[in-house]
Amino acid sequence: MTISTRRRLLMTLPVAGAGLAGFGCWRMLSAMQDGSFDPHAIRRDKGDALIPDFALPGLSGPDDGFDAAALSQNAKPVLVNFFASWCIPCVAEMAALREIARQIPLWGIAYKDKPEDARRFITRDGSPYERVALDRSGMTAIDWGVSGVPESFLIVPGGRIAWHGASALDETLFRREILPLANATP
Amino acid sequence: MSSFFGPEQGHYALAFACVLALTQCILPLWGAWRGQRFLLDLAPRLAFAQLLALAYSFLSLIACAVQDDFSVQNVAANSALSKPLLYKITGVWGNHEGSVLLWALILALCGGAVALLGRGLPLILKARVLAILGGVSTGFQLFCLLTSNPFARIWPAPADGQGMNPLLQDPGLAFHPPVLYTGYVGFAVPFAFAVAALIEGRVDAAWGRWVRPWAVAAWCFLTCGIAMGSWWSYYVLGWGGYWFWDPVENASLIPWLTGTALVHSAIVVEKRDALRIWTVLLAIASFSFSLSGTFLVRSGILNSVHAFANDPARGVFILGLLALVIGGSLLLFAWRAPGLAPGGIFAPVSREGGLVLNNILLCALCAVVVTGTMYPPFMQILTGRTLSVGKPFFDATTIPLALPLMVAMALGTMLPWKRGNLRPLLRRLRVAALVALMALIAGCFLLDGILPILCAAAALWVIMASLTDLAARLGLRDGLSVVRQRLPRLPRAVWGSAIAHIGVGVTVLGITGMSQARHAVVEIGIGQTIHQGALDWRLVSVRRETGANYKALVADLTVSRHGRVIATLHPSRRDFTSQHQVTTDVAIRTNLLRDLYAALGESRGSGADARYVLRLHNNPLAPWIWLGGVIMAFGGALSLADRRHRFGAPRKARDRSAHAPIVQESRS
Repeated sequence: MTISTRRRLLMTLPVAGAGLAGFGCWRMLSAMQDGSFDPHAIRRDKGDALIPDFALPGLSGPDDGFDAAALSQNAKPVLVNFFASWCIPCVAEMAALREIARQIPLWGIAYKDKPEDARRFITRDGSPYERVALDRSGMTAIDWGVSGVPESFLIVPGGRIAWHGASALDETLFRREILPLANATP
Repeated sequence: MSSFFGPEQGHYALAFACVLALTQCILPLWGAWRGQRFLLDLAPRLAFAQLLALAYSFLSLIACAVQDDFSVQNVAANSALSKPLLYKITGVWGNHEGSVLLWALILALCGGAVALLGRGLPLILKARVLAILGGVSTGFQLFCLLTSNPFARIWPAPADGQGMNPLLQDPGLAFHPPVLYTGYVGFAVPFAFAVAALIEGRVDAAWGRWVRPWAVAAWCFLTCGIAMGSWWSYYVLGWGGYWFWDPVENASLIPWLTGTALVHSAIVVEKRDALRIWTVLLAIASFSFSLSGTFLVRSGILNSVHAFANDPARGVFILGLLALVIGGSLLLFAWRAPGLAPGGIFAPVSREGGLVLNNILLCALCAVVVTGTMYPPFMQILTGRTLSVGKPFFDATTIPLALPLMVAMALGTMLPWKRGNLRPLLRRLRVAALVALMALIAGCFLLDGILPILCAAAALWVIMASLTDLAARLGLRDGLSVVRQRLPRLPRAVWGSAIAHIGVGVTVLGITGMSQARHAVVEIGIGQTIHQGALDWRLVSVRRETGANYKALVADLTVSRHGRVIATLHPSRRDFTSQHQVTTDVAIRTNLLRDLYAALGESRGSGADARYVLRLHNNPLAPWIWLGGVIMAFGGALSLADRRHRFGAPRKARDRSAHAPIVQESRS
């Protein structure tokens, strides 16, 4: 019985697909081992991404809000944290943020939140944030590339994004990943 | 006892089992190739021996945990003196090393079951199936021995262990992994059958008949496992949701979807001798997805809340194992499948056609879930940029595929084989259609959002159609005497499929109800009341309690409707001091039609001014989500008990089973 080439080719499709997927996974694993790929930090820019242009009102008053210029003109690295009062991981993150805020200036952006809810949320146990802006529509968050809250960005002088993480921060993560980058900044 | 079940003995037994598994792989394959009967006969014995050795190894690990032998690293890292006995035992599989050993044990159990129950199988096929199972076992036991040895010792031994993650300290979760793993590993049997059939170069109706019960059994366990996992995240995590499209959850859903397709397409192979190549591919795919899901989660490539300790080095080992198992079987498929003769033909509108449609839709769903799960890491490795894929993507893509699936599901079971006609069928389904239409209209007034309305109508359509089908088969219209006559004769497979389909409807109704849930996160003081629709939630008091290894804050909440108290709830927060971890203990009061769900969050202040964060939900039909899963699994189990699996057809009939009597057709 002769078998058409088409039939043969069709039956090799699964192994070809699996091979490609397997190759991709192998690349990921080897990149994970040499440290160039970390699925938990969703973007680690190689030093060229700048913060998007934005200007947000303050949560508690006009002095509280900030824009791209204010953020880039800092002399020291700043950690920017997107949060919301309706987000449970953000509640869990709060205690760690208060610790982190002792070591680095922390600026918050309340994401898609009612001002009164956000205010109550951050003042409940003492706010860790130096300044808090309100992104009520969530449009600024889109420009930043935020996919959900909580997310954090390390901004070094000049407005460059040195680190971006998409999970709740804790002390270990902060010491391992963020602090070295912040200290490396002149 | 400690001298009989020690860590070294367990370690040795594991190594011994690994050697036995390797022998179980090589000798029968050699025997089948060379036609040496005594080597074929050896396969079941080796399978039993391997099972015994592994069971001994596993018992040894349990003995170490029960006796608090903290010189065993795995026990020291995951157990503690103060841990209750039940969790000392179940904690054995709550960590990476122990769960790999459990995996291997279940795989050996599957091999033992094939050896025991597969008496009617042709000798060569049985030997090959056991050999392939032995090969997979070898790989996993090597993985256990070389990269994740559960019996490794530490010196000096600590006086007390580090304790278990309190989130896992829950009776539901204690038995969740064995059930889920049995589902995953169970698909190894259809996989082995598929590979054996490819080696043999023959797939026929008899093959379909043999492989189907194994696929159904694995499917039942996987269904239960997924339902239990979803229930766990509902009442333990305290976030008020039941499915988060988390990679770990998706990793269990993907093989479930292909497994469901397999269970259905194997019917076509069994009854009509068609769709053979496709069924073989599905059998390979189901097990491959089970394996890859485990790999992706353990290697840390996928980002999940249910993270195991990630280790890329382990990942490399599993990837090699996967390449061998999946790559090898698919290469064999590419080589042998084109030579398999195509099966019978059928019209598009027929039972076969319905099952093909079911397969297409299930595989499309599976492709969507795979894409959504794998897209972020693949985009990241390819372009360096990422985006996360979450609930909105999955909701928008899976529901439009699930709806036609449910519409077709109702029609499929009522179509005749080979060629059918839709018009008389639709006439028979007019009651179901009417109910669905009424649900659609009622939904427009009662439900928010277009998708919930459609889902409710589709779910009722499925349930009503399944009931109509049962009623027709029982001859309900011809009077009770006919029913009494037919009731004992109706095959259990028919009951099974109708019940499983009803289960799907029940689950979808539950999901629809949940989409209408009312919830609020509030911060209130003692004595205050929150109004939520017709319900009033009142925080009566908050007290402190001390448990075996935790301190708890317990809130007393009363829920009243129109001034009458209908429930008292006690949500609590447990502080496990030794692990510095706090868990929320959700309080749920259900009457099967709705869940009152309360979780206690953080507290602020003290004394009379203290304020507490509470998460309050009123979840309509929530229990139906898991109830439906149980009903589905029950349906599957019922069809396993069908006559044709209990009493094998006589040998002669089995050989020409392309024309085997088709029990389900007795109605026409």
